[in-house]
Amino acid sequence: MNETYTAFAGFAQTWGLLYFMILFGIVLAYALWPKNRKKFDDAAQIPFRED
Amino acid sequence: MSAWKKHEVFEKNSFVLLIGILVAVAIGGLVEIAPLFYLKSTIEKTVGMRPYTPLELKGRDIYIREGCYLCHSQMVRPMRDEMERYGHFSLAAESMYDHPFQWGSKRTGPDLARVGGKYSDAWHTEHLIDPRSLVPASIMPGYPFLAENKLDTRDTQSALTVNSIVGVPYTEEQIENAASDLMGQARPDTDAAYAFEERWPTAQIRDFDGNPDAVTEMDALVAYLQVLGTMVDFSIYDNKANSR
Amino acid sequence: MVQGRKRPAIAGWKNGQIKGLCGDRAESCDIVPIRCDNLHSTFCLEGLYDPIDMNQRGSGKVVCMVVPSLAPCMDSKDWGAEMAQNKAKMISLEEGGFAIFLVVLAFVCLIVAGKTFDQVMAFHAGIGTLFAAVGVFFIFKNYFDDGGEPIPAEIDGKPNYNMGPVKFGTIAAVFWGLAGFTVGLVIALQLAWPALNFDLPWTNFGRLRPLHTSAVIFAFGGNVLLATSMYVVQRTSRARMPGRILPWFVILGYNAFIVIAGTGYLLGVTQSKEYAEPEWYADLWLTIVWVFYLFLFLGTLWKRKEPHIYVANWFYLAFIVTIAMLHITNNLTIPVSIYSTKSYIVWSGVQDAMVQWWYGHNAVGFFLTAGFLAIMYYFIPKQADRPVYSYRLSIVHFWALIFLYIWAGPHHLHYTALPQWASTLGATFSIILWMPSWGGMINGLMTLSGAWDKLRTDPVLRMMVVSVAFYGMSTFEGPLMSLRSVNSLSHYTDWTIGHVHSGALGWVGYISFGAIYCLVPWLWNKKQLYSLKLVNWHFWLSTLGIVLYITAMWVSGIMQGLMWRAYDSLGFLEYSFVETVEAMHPFYIIRALGGALFVIGAVIMAYNLWMTVRHGEAEEADAAPAGSLAPAE
Repeated sequence: MNETYTAFAGFAQTWGLLYFMILFGIVLAYALWPKNRKKFDDAAQIPFRED
Repeated sequence: MSAWKKHEVFEKNSFVLLIGILVAVAIGGLVEIAPLFYLKSTIEKTVGMRPYTPLELKGRDIYIREGCYLCHSQMVRPMRDEMERYGHFSLAAESMYDHPFQWGSKRTGPDLARVGGKYSDAWHTEHLIDPRSLVPASIMPGYPFLAENKLDTRDTQSALTVNSIVGVPYTEEQIENAASDLMGQARPDTDAAYAFEERWPTAQIRDFDGNPDAVTEMDALVAYLQVLGTMVDFSIYDNKANSR
Repeated sequence: MVQGRKRPAIAGWKNGQIKGLCGDRAESCDIVPIRCDNLHSTFCLEGLYDPIDMNQRGSGKVVCMVVPSLAPCMDSKDWGAEMAQNKAKMISLEEGGFAIFLVVLAFVCLIVAGKTFDQVMAFHAGIGTLFAAVGVFFIFKNYFDDGGEPIPAEIDGKPNYNMGPVKFGTIAAVFWGLAGFTVGLVIALQLAWPALNFDLPWTNFGRLRPLHTSAVIFAFGGNVLLATSMYVVQRTSRARMPGRILPWFVILGYNAFIVIAGTGYLLGVTQSKEYAEPEWYADLWLTIVWVFYLFLFLGTLWKRKEPHIYVANWFYLAFIVTIAMLHITNNLTIPVSIYSTKSYIVWSGVQDAMVQWWYGHNAVGFFLTAGFLAIMYYFIPKQADRPVYSYRLSIVHFWALIFLYIWAGPHHLHYTALPQWASTLGATFSIILWMPSWGGMINGLMTLSGAWDKLRTDPVLRMMVVSVAFYGMSTFEGPLMSLRSVNSLSHYTDWTIGHVHSGALGWVGYISFGAIYCLVPWLWNKKQLYSLKLVNWHFWLSTLGIVLYITAMWVSGIMQGLMWRAYDSLGFLEYSFVETVEAMHPFYIIRALGGALFVIGAVIMAYNLWMTVRHGEAEEADAAPAGSLAPAE
């Protein structure tokens, strides 16, 4: 039991953490990428663009 | 780019989004649920666990039907006050034949994980009919109709069959004689009771509701309550070997 | 024409003018064809006749209508013969498919109803037969009424939105909301005065509580989500929902599920999994409806005119997809027989507990959070008349929220027989979840920056903003309660109930009320709500109700937890269980009072909406959707 827990915790605290950091980095980069700015500003106006 | 091609790209985008969402939400469940099936330490090694008898299973169905789980938990946590109030903390092994589990999430009334054997059959029957006649401050609803409703016995065998399909180790004999065993457990000193005793040596045979004329829903529910938490033999249970 | 909304019969076509039968009078009207394509022609009547009652003189406005044929684009032609030809058009694949499906369903239900000895199953199969038969009837009635002509996706270059199902969902939400809140009040009173259980099977607390939770979450919340998602996805895609039967199948099928589930609880049919109580046949039906819902939603996105998918739709899509996954996994049951309402789930004990709370917490995360965040991201900008504070933040918010939420479930199982690694993992993610939750809250609130004064004058906007504040509060309290040490005290007590209701009444309730207050005038083409004063009354009464409710449950929940673990000077447990029950009595009364105020608020809302639809001032005609002369539904 204890070995399972230690192994699991070890895995989660290293690779799991890294995995989530990378994913978060990707999302952050996508959201903040300067080139995307115009696209997002444009998208924010969608609710007001209806006929 | 032609208008058609543009459109195609948009369609793909919603698919990309769909797949992204699926990937995001599938991982958590996989990591948390899947190990519970192959880690042997999830369910402790115990002596004494057996599947519910047909009568107890019917009682459990009534427990579920009336929504008892909404006010009564069946999960004693390993804390000093709970163990003094209710008894040994609950083991995963004790609910391994529970389809579905009845751990509950709320204690408007007390925990019932170890209620078996704590009160007499007569107490339970009276308490279920009129809770406030025994516990004046109780806020539990009364269930007088349970003592009047004859137990519906028609699907007993199918119920055991389905339970065995989902992994409850009923023997073929137990399944075949389910209907007779259902009545036998609540009618001591009948042929059915003797046959029941052979198939279910550790089960209790009593007229649970004190009404010898009929096997009622009360019989079934009390039989279920009286077996709760009593199966595992804690005198030989090794707590350290199963620490969690 | 006395029958009301019907197209004027058009008699013929000559020299650029249509000879029409306007009402009962045979005369030529000035109907000008303004657009022809190979499917439809659009005509505008210049103010000669009232579009509803063709015998009445109109108001002088321009009213447009669509005639489903290219006949008027051609030269002189016998229009009547053309119409007759149209009558013979084949029934569409969609209509035919649904009709066959419903006929089969009706027969299956009929057989089950005839062969079962389970009375509840007979009752439910009977309902199924009835609903399916009525469905088939309406499919054919609809077909014969309009000759199977396809409904135009666009009229005059503008999307011809399908708002019928949205209207139905909005009405259903208000109806189920009133019912669900009232049942909640009843069970709150039962806890204070147990005599109110009446010792009958179908009125006891154990059967009414699932009725309450399902009615508010799935009937009220579900209809709000269905209605708003259909509205928002059409508007932000600028496209009509696909299909003519499909949208109605989704909304009516979903409400049929509600009826089956709700009556089932009262009759003792439940599988005892909290917030997933309906039995196997209801689950199966919901799965079918849900898959069609997913196709309806995706189908609208595929038809969209906007290059970008607006962020609200991301949240709706995550809600639809994830709920499908959770629903199927948590309801994998085997029925005792096809004629029985009873089933047993494939999972057992500890695994079942894990699956259940993985489902249970994500019902909160994806049904009650993601879906309603979608409402926040559309309706708050709309009502405040300014775009969302940061669209970039909303993207980070979305991905972080759905990635993290799915892990949080096992915090419901601290100190239980679930291995500790699982519950600790759940708690860890619950703490991290605080960040995206508050990111979303800030995004919602800051949308008002520079327009805070609107809160003073617009009670609808105020309701939605306060709902976001409640969201922030409950998403702060939630991670706190997921901590092992706090949970050891709070678990099993009424603190949990208080927490749930600060989210349910405050966040889900208020954002829904806000959305409904917005939707009703938009859908029924009214200038504004009947009375803003009544919205104010609703707001203050229910706010007072929520405050009473959650403070009573906080105080009593903590008290209960402390009493359970209290020891006297000799080292014995100080209180018996029933003493802790007695101590709860005054708090249960205060809670019921809070609930009553909330119910009264909802009744005021229903009255206000009714008066808006019946007596509200109509919006200017130019804003009325084109083609209202020939209603598509």
